[in-house]
Amino acid sequence: MIRLENVTKHFPGQDHPAVNNLNMLIPEGEICVLVGPSGCGKTTTMKMINRLIEPTEGKIYIKGQDTATIDAIKLRLDIGYVIQEIGLFPHLTIAENIATVPREKGWPRDLINQRVDELLTLVGLEPEKYRHRKPADLSGGQRQRVGVARAMAADPPILLMDEPFGAVDPITRARLQNEFLEIQAQMRKTIIFVTHDIDEAIKMGDKIAIMRDGKLVQYAPPGELLSSPADEFVGRLLGPNRTIKRLNLIAVREALRSDLLPAVPSHLSSEEARLLLKGSKFNVLAVVDRRNSLTGFVRGEQLKNSSVVPVSEIAEPSPNVIEAEATLNEALSLMLGCGSQFVAVVSKKGEYKGVVTLGSLLELVKEDVKEDVA
Amino acid sequence: MELWHFISERWPTILSLTGEHVLLVLVAMVVAIILGVVLGVAVTYWEPGARAVLYLCQILMTVPSMAMFGILLPLLGIGYKTGVAALILYALLPVVRNTYTGIRAIDPAVLEAAKGMGLGEWSILRRIKLPLIIPVVMAGIRTATVMIVGIAAIAAFIGAGGLGELIFRGISRYNRQMILAGAIFISALAICFDLILKQLEYRYGIRS
Repeated sequence: MIRLENVTKHFPGQDHPAVNNLNMLIPEGEICVLVGPSGCGKTTTMKMINRLIEPTEGKIYIKGQDTATIDAIKLRLDIGYVIQEIGLFPHLTIAENIATVPREKGWPRDLINQRVDELLTLVGLEPEKYRHRKPADLSGGQRQRVGVARAMAADPPILLMDEPFGAVDPITRARLQNEFLEIQAQMRKTIIFVTHDIDEAIKMGDKIAIMRDGKLVQYAPPGELLSSPADEFVGRLLGPNRTIKRLNLIAVREALRSDLLPAVPSHLSSEEARLLLKGSKFNVLAVVDRRNSLTGFVRGEQLKNSSVVPVSEIAEPSPNVIEAEATLNEALSLMLGCGSQFVAVVSKKGEYKGVVTLGSLLELVKEDVKEDVA
Repeated sequence: MELWHFISERWPTILSLTGEHVLLVLVAMVVAIILGVVLGVAVTYWEPGARAVLYLCQILMTVPSMAMFGILLPLLGIGYKTGVAALILYALLPVVRNTYTGIRAIDPAVLEAAKGMGLGEWSILRRIKLPLIIPVVMAGIRTATVMIVGIAAIAAFIGAGGLGELIFRGISRYNRQMILAGAIFISALAICFDLILKQLEYRYGIRS
């Protein structure tokens, strides 16, 4: 846990403090994103945590201990640090780069080697292939991965990340973000993540701190931020499409309805299936095999017009299927793309779970609007 | 033909003078490298000092070599010591300047990452800065070495020995072969040093 208490930073020769009387509590194991326009003090705030910048006033506590009383070097050795430019050491191999902090801490050689391989695997780079390469031989995305691996080398409980995915192309960025979230789900580090990109903040943050002119404007989980922005500035920062952005935060499984579209085992005949049609809101049935895996759909007209055959013979595959872990935004976009009122939801293994409908999405959005009016 | 005759006749003398010359250059270079790198590193921590030191080194280089030996003569006396001292002063600038600019040219992100990760200033210097500037410093060392091979010839004037003796003696005795032999061997020496250092530079350049 990190606690900032009345933290102020006044750079000499500047009229206004870069950070102005900041109070914040960052819970253990969460990603706290500092976001705001450039010059809002987010990077300064981050750098005060590992004392690259010393606060003019106020105190910062890590696990209850005042950081000003800890030797700065020791403090930093226990805090991972990733910056946008990465700053890999160009004369050292990837392995040597990652080994920097463990070596500084005096770990034994075999433990370091083992840890390097472990980390390379974790960030998705084959150790045999990349261990002895130089940073110049890597692509931007790969370098960024090494940067993250290097920061986590000595398993620090805290990570500071300053626009860590800012310098790569959007596709690579999205992939790195997803991979990092997966890693974080296992690691549960306390992370301070600085970005100017509100979408990245919403995606990455357990909590988001919006800063402006050195002050904390709002500090809330992304869902709360999107449903009730504190003021006009936050609203503008979130953009006009915040309702849609909120759909990004909700997993399909949370809006799942299992009662609207019944499943029919594929060995049943079309006649038997017709009886189930009454339970379907969309005059469609999901066809599943013995393992409850979704194999296709049958429409009501198909059942009425065909002679008596197993439904597996008339079932048709359909593109409007989505995994339960996907976001509602993806579900919506799929519905719009297929021109369909619903998408079928399946588990990672392909088991049929139910549907998400346009109606249930509207319901969710309506709740938002009501809150806004109130 | 006459030249060839002269060289083969005086072979042992020429060889020992060449040895003296090489020793003069090597000793001066070793001291200049140590002094220059330390000085070059030191001034990166103190910007006003950097300008002063670089300026001073530049001035030292503009002093005509004959005058330099003359100035040092009363301080260190006749002989080898004065020769080495003057050569050190000449070799200093390329080494100091390349050390300084080498460190200044390191990507700030690299240094910020190192500092943010918890490396102390000494670790950063030893593990990051110095290894990174090796190619640049090697280039400075090569320039300095080739330069002082030539200047060392004049050191013979104050009794420091070396191939310069052939030239000075040749001048005073109107012996053209002697002057030519001295000049040729000094040039050959400079070329040899240049080639060897180029190899080293290449090797280190590839490494980083």
